[in-house]
Amino acid sequence: MSTPSRLSLTQAPPISVPLRFFFTAPFFGILAALVQINAGPDAVSQWTPTTLAITHLLTLGYISMVMIGAMSQILPVVAGSPLPRPLLVSSVVHTLLTLGVLALASGLLFGRGEAVLIAMFLLGAGLTVFIGAAAYSLILANADNATVSGMRVAIVALAITVVFGLRVAAEHVLHLDLPIAKSWTHAHLTWGFIGWVGILVISVAYEVVPMFQMTPKYPQWMQRWMTKMILVGLLFWTSVYLLAIIDSTIWNILTLLLSFYLAIGLSVFAGVTLYLQSQRQRRIADLTLKFWRLAMVSLLLCTSLWVVGQFWPSLGNWRNIGYLNGMLFIFGFAVSVIIGMLYKIIPFLVWLHLQRQNTRRIKLPNMKEIIPEQRIRWHFVLHLMLLPLLAGVAIKPVWFVYPAATLFGISSLLLLFNIFTALRIYQGYYTSM
Amino acid sequence: MDGTQRLEMDTISSNFASDHLHCDVLFCRAENYVQSNDWQQAKKVFIEFVEEMEWHFTKETDVLFPSLVERNSNALGPTQMMRMEHEDMRQLMEDMQKQVDNRDADNYLGLSETLLIMLHQHNTKEENILYQMADGLLGADQREILAQASAVKKQGAVIL
Repeated sequence: MSTPSRLSLTQAPPISVPLRFFFTAPFFGILAALVQINAGPDAVSQWTPTTLAITHLLTLGYISMVMIGAMSQILPVVAGSPLPRPLLVSSVVHTLLTLGVLALASGLLFGRGEAVLIAMFLLGAGLTVFIGAAAYSLILANADNATVSGMRVAIVALAITVVFGLRVAAEHVLHLDLPIAKSWTHAHLTWGFIGWVGILVISVAYEVVPMFQMTPKYPQWMQRWMTKMILVGLLFWTSVYLLAIIDSTIWNILTLLLSFYLAIGLSVFAGVTLYLQSQRQRRIADLTLKFWRLAMVSLLLCTSLWVVGQFWPSLGNWRNIGYLNGMLFIFGFAVSVIIGMLYKIIPFLVWLHLQRQNTRRIKLPNMKEIIPEQRIRWHFVLHLMLLPLLAGVAIKPVWFVYPAATLFGISSLLLLFNIFTALRIYQGYYTSM
Repeated sequence: MDGTQRLEMDTISSNFASDHLHCDVLFCRAENYVQSNDWQQAKKVFIEFVEEMEWHFTKETDVLFPSLVERNSNALGPTQMMRMEHEDMRQLMEDMQKQVDNRDADNYLGLSETLLIMLHQHNTKEENILYQMADGLLGADQREILAQASAVKKQGAVIL
């Protein structure tokens, strides 16, 4: 039973806590685009160091950056339990993460083992501090609901992702000339994508999908079991995949079956979300809804493509299938959800924190005046155009890689501009109060 | 939201959370009317929405919150936060009322968006944490508190 002793309905963290993460993310988006433009079409196929650098600029610098900021904001609301020392923790995590991603990307790009080593310490330390703080908050949570238990699972998955990542990086540092052991890399990215990003999005969806659009709630069985079932699936998959104790035929079949299980789990989530959104009470089809729908359709495409690839060898063996699936997951699914969420969270936080200071009761701008809908619509159009271009990159890199990278650069610039203007509005009102 | 349905809900959490659902429905209906420029209906439903919101606030601030603080003084901080958020929402509803009177859909929708998130993050905190705590703290007294709460008179829309 919850005790009121640590009940913290009061502590929305200072606005600078989440916003430092949100504001940094688009810079990494722009950087990823520039690196891709500089590298050209050669960086597309397979795991070249350049591809790894771009991937981490996106997954750590953009996606995880926003997700960590969002968690620091959402924990007091859903769990009644804020991060401990939020200003200190967020400063440390944000600094280490930012420097760590820069070190990792430059180490990979310029083939400097010592930079990768420094990155391992920075990222290892930064993410450990975040995992520790989030775990502390989630263990002491006053609430016990599907979002809280899902976030616990996501934090476990993040920890495992970090361990595998450090393992892969260590190998890279020690034998720079050798190809990276494929199975550890595969385990690292599977935990990162499905475990950390996938499960966190699912957990947050339980709260925000019904909240923003007034849809029915997710079914009880799903809220209770889905994130745990995915965790168990990932654990089995990893043991079978990495240990390879049994002979290779059975091993391959088992890995395949467990992969199907995970793909089905993610597809069910996407399908149920689309269904719930179609049942919404709110008639306004706002842009966050469109971003979420795009994310769910991309996730379904990603899992379907993977499943079809298993039965249709000419697709499954196509050398860029992994690239296409990765792009669908990163840009189609994760980045879409993130952009959609940021355009709700940021205007709301600006309004909320101004409202708190507003003792003289001056008229405050509403959310749609803080970031005008028209500019969000432009961003949606740019993002929507990006996805077919990325598919094009997988098919014909020489043609599509420059337009796709440029478009994502512009889209990140627009995100930066939109966040920047929202902050200017905040500062303008704040100083006049 | 008739009386028979209420009587079946013996816990604070189920009873008070059902008020939230009821207000959500009214919020949506008002917004949908505004969006389709049906101002007559919009005004009618909006007034009903504000009345229900005010009734729910009063049940909390006059009955539920004091009963919690009486049993555990640690509940004071969280309930004060909830009162403050009620004030935030009142201000937004006042502004929305002006837009209904001016028939200004754009401004109404900007404000309703803000209210929606304010309202839901508030409800989430209450449903996930405060009401759960209330179920535990009040125990067998829940029926009595619920009876007192439902005896609270609807004020009519104060702000109108």
